[in-house]
Amino acid sequence: MILTNHLPALQVVVPLLVAPLVVLMRVRGLPWAVATTTSLVAFAIAVGLTNTVLDSYSVTYEMGSWRAPYGIELHVTSFSALLLLIVTAASTLTLVAGKQSIDTEIEHDRQPLFYAAWLLALAGFTGIVVTGDAFNIFVFMEIASLASYVLIAAGSDRRVLPAVFKYLIMGTIGATFYLIGVGLIYMMTGTLNLADMEARIHEVGELRPILVAAGFITLGLILKAAIFPLHAWLPLSYTYAPHIVTAFLAACSTKVALYVLLRFDFLVFQQNLPAHEVQFTVFLMPLAVLAILIASGVAVFERNLKGLLAYSSLAQVGYILLGASLVSVPGLTAGLMHMFNHALAKGTLFLAVACLGMRFTRLGLVNLSGVARQMPWTMAAFVLAGLSLIGVPGTAGFISKWMLISAALQEGALGVALVAVIVVSSLLAVVYIWRVIELAYFGDPTEASQLANEAPAWLLVGTWVAALMNIYFGIIPSFPLSLARESAASLLQHLP
Amino acid sequence: MTNEFLILVSILLPLAGAVGITITGRRYPNLREAVTLVTAASLAVVVWALLPELLAGERPSVRVAEMLPGLAIEFQVEPLGMIFAALASLLWIINSIYSIGYMRGNNEQHQTRFYVLFAVALSAAMGIAFAGNLLTLFIFYEVLTLSTYPLVAHKGDGKTVVSARTYLGILLATSIGLFLPAIIWTYHVTATLDFTPGGILDGHLAGPAVGLLLALYVFGIGKAAVMPVHRWLPAAMVAPTPVSALLHAVAVVKAGVFTITKVVVYIFGVELLFTETSADWLLFAAAFTVIAASVVALRQTNLKRLLAYSTIAQLSYVVMAVAILKPLSEIGAAIHIVAHAFGKITLFFAAGSIYTAAKKTEIHQLRGIGRRMPWTMAAFTIGALSMIGVPPTAGFVSKWYILAGSFQSDNHVAIVTIIVSTILNSLYFLPIIFYAWFCREEVAPVTDHGEAPLAIVVALTATAALTVLLFLFNQPVLDLASQLGGMPK
Repeated sequence: MILTNHLPALQVVVPLLVAPLVVLMRVRGLPWAVATTTSLVAFAIAVGLTNTVLDSYSVTYEMGSWRAPYGIELHVTSFSALLLLIVTAASTLTLVAGKQSIDTEIEHDRQPLFYAAWLLALAGFTGIVVTGDAFNIFVFMEIASLASYVLIAAGSDRRVLPAVFKYLIMGTIGATFYLIGVGLIYMMTGTLNLADMEARIHEVGELRPILVAAGFITLGLILKAAIFPLHAWLPLSYTYAPHIVTAFLAACSTKVALYVLLRFDFLVFQQNLPAHEVQFTVFLMPLAVLAILIASGVAVFERNLKGLLAYSSLAQVGYILLGASLVSVPGLTAGLMHMFNHALAKGTLFLAVACLGMRFTRLGLVNLSGVARQMPWTMAAFVLAGLSLIGVPGTAGFISKWMLISAALQEGALGVALVAVIVVSSLLAVVYIWRVIELAYFGDPTEASQLANEAPAWLLVGTWVAALMNIYFGIIPSFPLSLARESAASLLQHLP
Repeated sequence: MTNEFLILVSILLPLAGAVGITITGRRYPNLREAVTLVTAASLAVVVWALLPELLAGERPSVRVAEMLPGLAIEFQVEPLGMIFAALASLLWIINSIYSIGYMRGNNEQHQTRFYVLFAVALSAAMGIAFAGNLLTLFIFYEVLTLSTYPLVAHKGDGKTVVSARTYLGILLATSIGLFLPAIIWTYHVTATLDFTPGGILDGHLAGPAVGLLLALYVFGIGKAAVMPVHRWLPAAMVAPTPVSALLHAVAVVKAGVFTITKVVVYIFGVELLFTETSADWLLFAAAFTVIAASVVALRQTNLKRLLAYSTIAQLSYVVMAVAILKPLSEIGAAIHIVAHAFGKITLFFAAGSIYTAAKKTEIHQLRGIGRRMPWTMAAFTIGALSMIGVPPTAGFVSKWYILAGSFQSDNHVAIVTIIVSTILNSLYFLPIIFYAWFCREEVAPVTDHGEAPLAIVVALTATAALTVLLFLFNQPVLDLASQLGGMPK
């Protein structure tokens, strides 16, 4: 069929075009229905693309039939497919399940704008993932970021405004750094196409500007990916954003930035900068370790449930980066698996938070004391996802942690130290998840938690679908594993 | 029904029971208790139905899922696991009868939660018993920890919660911080985690690394309470008595020593440990724990705390017996798991019986109580004698085998430890028995009480009878224990 040839373009174009239409829809409930349908279509396209990629390695698409490197080229590999699935599935599931939660947090007359921003964010994220053009990535990154600011700022707590302002400033700095880096490369090579860049840097005699560009790009993307110590924007934004928005963004936004980072470092720079893998490791591994330990430590003392989970996210991004910074196929496979599994676990946790958010205006841990008696299903899903986050065998989180540890152990003495880091931070994860569980199950009920009743059925169903996926992919991980393996192999194909 | 099916049923049945208890619990307490008893009885039937085939030399196994190569959820029935499963399922029935008497007699709160979690703990115990590899065992080990935490914290007041946190903290921290790394290390060098007769580490690991890995296992398996990771056990004494019985006899500590035995026999392999001098420390650590815990027990004034320290000592008996690395002592270890379970559950039942009837918890309050509660104190006496190792009780049989094993290898440390600890055991148990039977009450009790409720008396009589019966009819356990794979003759 003709249409299937255009799937890479449709992946982005569909949400991008529907977004302005949604703004015009004034009928109650319609914006949600249209946005959800669009997201579902995007998910279907992602599934279609994944199928193609699994058959034939990768898909290239020339925008408007302009030949690369003159035109924009879309390039879908198994790595992009993995991210596309994460992004579109997160968006679809949170939208389908989250209608009531969104309705309580966002007034009806503002909803068309909200859903339009959501679709723009979706288009932005998927755009970053499918495109093979460095400047195109910047454009989509801006679309996604601006839409994210709007989504986060829709939170009902007034403290969201300074939080989102902080995010805006930091996000802009990150994007600018990225742009400077791309500009430097363009100056030296005259191309913006990633594949072309890779080949042309080879011909450049003077590598110093490229090295500077690598620095700018890495730094900018680290900021976007909220890697310690450039994470300051994330915790507050996640805490005060509408719950469903947090669930969506926590599942995918930082991972998309990491995706770009890995593509640049392994595909563009790896072959061209001498000893790049050593620099990559030396620079990023300490950051990953610090992120894992410090963020987990902070989460132990955090008083707000969403803040706690946000800090936990920072630690989990550290795991992904740690896997990548081993610069080995098993390590990178583990990191990519953790992208998938963490999206599952954290998405579920924030959906459970959305369930709680239906009944509580404040999500401080003390407010939730004794809530499990009134909301048993919500808390049971929370526990399941929490176990996955900790990495208990039988859940998805275990698979990636196990692979990460196995990969680390291949590095000798350093590996043993890394295993110690992972074990310590898993223990910290036990502590912070347990704090929530102990309060919810064994704490004395507060007034609010006595009045609370179980969350709306539909939201619960969505939460449980996500929770059960944690179990499913913990027992049968072969599908994400094959994608992750192939991605890691293709990213590292140039390594000596 | 095939054996594979029976294995899965044995793990799922208690869970189904837990669901049934939840449903019936809110409205019909009598029905709830009936569900517990029926589940316990059917579990025992299922587990014991696996026995004949096992004795015939079969090793039924079932693989549920394989997540990564060499990393699977798998169950296999082997003799040691069978002993543990049969023990736990049998004692669950008796413990349930006792629980009914105790929980009602003391008007405890949250009874439904109690029975539900008890059933979950039993499911975990079955999973541990039948686990076919270390990973599966680890999963159920953690489930057991988590499901018993609310049981320990049952009362829910501040002091109880603090103690329960100690319980959970030590068990979780050691298992994740030491046990799990040990498993990872094992997998890293051998690429498998299956329990294999003769061990899997031989040829993959040598020198001090063996001793270090063994240390990770022994201290990581905190449930075995080898000093210094024993603190959780006295802390858990805040729990209601049926829970103490669960911890000390039915499942928890037994899971600990069972796991250590399994790791020594099926992961390291007796041969490897025998030749590797770096692993010799285990015997001394266990011997030290036996003596030290007994000395601490001497100084206790609270009956349940005394029993807790006695348990710590008795557990290290098992570990020490395993560490002797002789066939006879390994058999002794397996029998001691059973013998100690019968004896200690009797002692705890008696302690709970005294608490229910007389509200007494301190040892000095027990003067003359034998006349008011003859059944209870008779059972207590039998249990105490078994702890000391006096015939005709079960404790004698296991001590006999452990001693025989020590003589076989001329292990003087073990022999001296057993003699000294027997003396210490007599020193702390005999005075209680003497007070109870031969002294007069100093002050008359507030209420003129007699025996505890019938359910309690029935249960503790049954376990006391088992303690004596195991002395007389120990052949089935012996048969199973002597089938333990990988023993150097």
